[in-house]
Amino acid sequence: MNETILIPVIVLSTIGVLAAVVLYFVAQKFKVFEDHRIDEVEAMLPGANCGGCGYPGCRKFAQVFVESDNAESLFCPVGGNEMMSQIAEHLGKTVSAQAKKVAVIRCNGDCENTRKLTSYDGPQNCRIAVATFEGENGCSFGCVGYGDCVSVCEFDAIIIDEKTGLPVVTTDKCTACGKCVEICPRDIIELRKTNKKDLKIYVACMNKDRGARAKKNCDVACIACTKCVQVCPHDAIVITDNLAYIDDEKCKLCRKCVVVCPTTSIIETNFPPRKVQEPVSAVKE
Amino acid sequence: MLHTFPKGGIHPPENKFAASQPIEVLSVPDIVYIPISQHLGVPAKPIVKRGDAVKIGTPIAEAAGFVSTFIHSSVAGVVDKIDKITCASGFPQDVIVIKTSEDVWEDSIDTSPDFVKEITLNSEEIRARVLQSGIVGMGGATFPSHIKYQVPEGKQATALIINGVECEPYLTADHRLMLEKAREICVGIEIIKTAISVSHAYIGIENNKPDAIELFGTVVKEFQGISVVPLQVKYPQGGEKQLIKAVTGKEVPAGGLPIDVGAIVNNVGTVYAVYEAVQKNKPLYERIVTVTGKHVTEHKNFLVRIGTPIQNLIDAAGGMPEDTEKIISGGPMMGKAIPFPQAPVTKGTSGILLVPSLESQRQNMESCIRCGKCVSACCVGLEPYIIMTFAERGLVDELLDYQVMQCIECGSCSYVCPAHRPLLDFIRLGKQIVRKQDKK
Repeated sequence: MNETILIPVIVLSTIGVLAAVVLYFVAQKFKVFEDHRIDEVEAMLPGANCGGCGYPGCRKFAQVFVESDNAESLFCPVGGNEMMSQIAEHLGKTVSAQAKKVAVIRCNGDCENTRKLTSYDGPQNCRIAVATFEGENGCSFGCVGYGDCVSVCEFDAIIIDEKTGLPVVTTDKCTACGKCVEICPRDIIELRKTNKKDLKIYVACMNKDRGARAKKNCDVACIACTKCVQVCPHDAIVITDNLAYIDDEKCKLCRKCVVVCPTTSIIETNFPPRKVQEPVSAVKE
Repeated sequence: MLHTFPKGGIHPPENKFAASQPIEVLSVPDIVYIPISQHLGVPAKPIVKRGDAVKIGTPIAEAAGFVSTFIHSSVAGVVDKIDKITCASGFPQDVIVIKTSEDVWEDSIDTSPDFVKEITLNSEEIRARVLQSGIVGMGGATFPSHIKYQVPEGKQATALIINGVECEPYLTADHRLMLEKAREICVGIEIIKTAISVSHAYIGIENNKPDAIELFGTVVKEFQGISVVPLQVKYPQGGEKQLIKAVTGKEVPAGGLPIDVGAIVNNVGTVYAVYEAVQKNKPLYERIVTVTGKHVTEHKNFLVRIGTPIQNLIDAAGGMPEDTEKIISGGPMMGKAIPFPQAPVTKGTSGILLVPSLESQRQNMESCIRCGKCVSACCVGLEPYIIMTFAERGLVDELLDYQVMQCIECGSCSYVCPAHRPLLDFIRLGKQIVRKQDKK
């Protein structure tokens, strides 16, 4: 009776041993070398796969980081400087610190400041609407408010304010990955340098029309009057194509331009209230 | 068995209410707004300034590139300003505003109603005249015609196909033109045949215009090498590639041009404009526009000066019906809703359609049930339902695999979809995504 069980056991064990030996040599022959540091770096990365670094996913970024000789140009905006220096230390490379940025919505054309002239009943998608016509309020530069930026944000940092119909960025959640900047068909979202206490001064308008036409569509449009340029002590403001732009590198947050803007298209956020209130209220009227 | 294109296509209700209305000349408006971009390609460059006096037919903007053409004043008067207004395209464009005075034509224009049959110009001169007269494809695509008549080297044109299909419901502008100017159109065909040196021309007319087919059947006997091809009624037969397939049986390769199969297609409106330009030296400053709609009191076919505000046409057709919700420039299938009735008529405006509120509303979008109706309706042979999904998710490679760029945007898929999905809107988005990727 023993042979009945013995023969299969011996045959199967032999096959097993032979297969193991063959597989061992095959594995040696076709071995794929992968740097173990790629796995380690990937584990240190945020794992959001947002593409903010310019590479398709965190693993590719890790691979490039490990393989590149010069890591100076690499930056993960989600992890920030702290994480970047940790990885650099781990790999024995150097990285350059970059200023933290945040997405800013450069349009303030809400329902109060603009008038609805036409109505659109197509798909609620900014890119389709923008390719179809100039927009319900007649401004062919401003936000149309169908929320492509909201749907593309992986970090829930953008929501559409129900009252104004405009997107609002939550600074704490924004990682400056740049996806919203890329998808916005009107290019109104910009990544700007963050300041202490989230202080921001920027021109909330993208209207490149001449002043009269811009003002007709929107009460808070930039009319390129150059008052802000004249008052700026740091030469931070330039006007191109009938539109003022504040350079975030040069701006020292002195708030002088905010006061002189006749259409209140320059916006300040998170500043303490002014001691003397009169210029602002005078302008608004 | 009548000819038609084999793949897809639909047959929406024709509603050609204005078919029996003869062409009427619309009175000249007080002010015209002439856009400098009425054609595909580079906008023309204005050559007049404020205060300049112009006559009818005076060039007011010149071609600013290869794919560009001239624009002429449609009225006699004084240039008021160059302004930016919202045009029928839905976007603000530069327009030349001219205040009208009494009609005075440029001296070179032959304004007599005489019919001129003898062609005196050669191929080169015809092309130059077509460019100088600012002629573009008047079916709606507005591609500058002088480029079309310049057959690229190494290619040979073998057939001229005249598009008298007018497959869009409601529109009757081409139909009326064919009935009233049949002999002129035939001379126009002879001129284009000379320009591109082909021996035979085919006029494709859909079977729902039996009077036009009959009329042309007799008129072409006066001429050599023109034949009438009656076609089965099917939308979008007026599409260039569909018409070539229907008339000659040849298929234009994907991404190719009609000249690849030796065909050149022209709309009857364009042919008539070529006749007037070459025989009468009259630039393109007026065109025929149908004004119609379910509730419009008087359906009309107007001969309109370019730059006339659309509001004037509506007023002349008995005014805007009360329940009008959308004004569409063009036909109901491929036309575009215009934001303001003050927008001017351009070279590509074939009709004004006033849509009542009941018909203009989009229905709520439901989930795709994979019924495949859009696939069988597509005249190019695409799968619109899946292209829409790819466009929603921004998948460029898949969009290219499914040939999104071959879509001719006829709208048949959106028309047949039982779930009311905005297929065409998303296919356009898909094209936009692919183009953006290409730019990078």
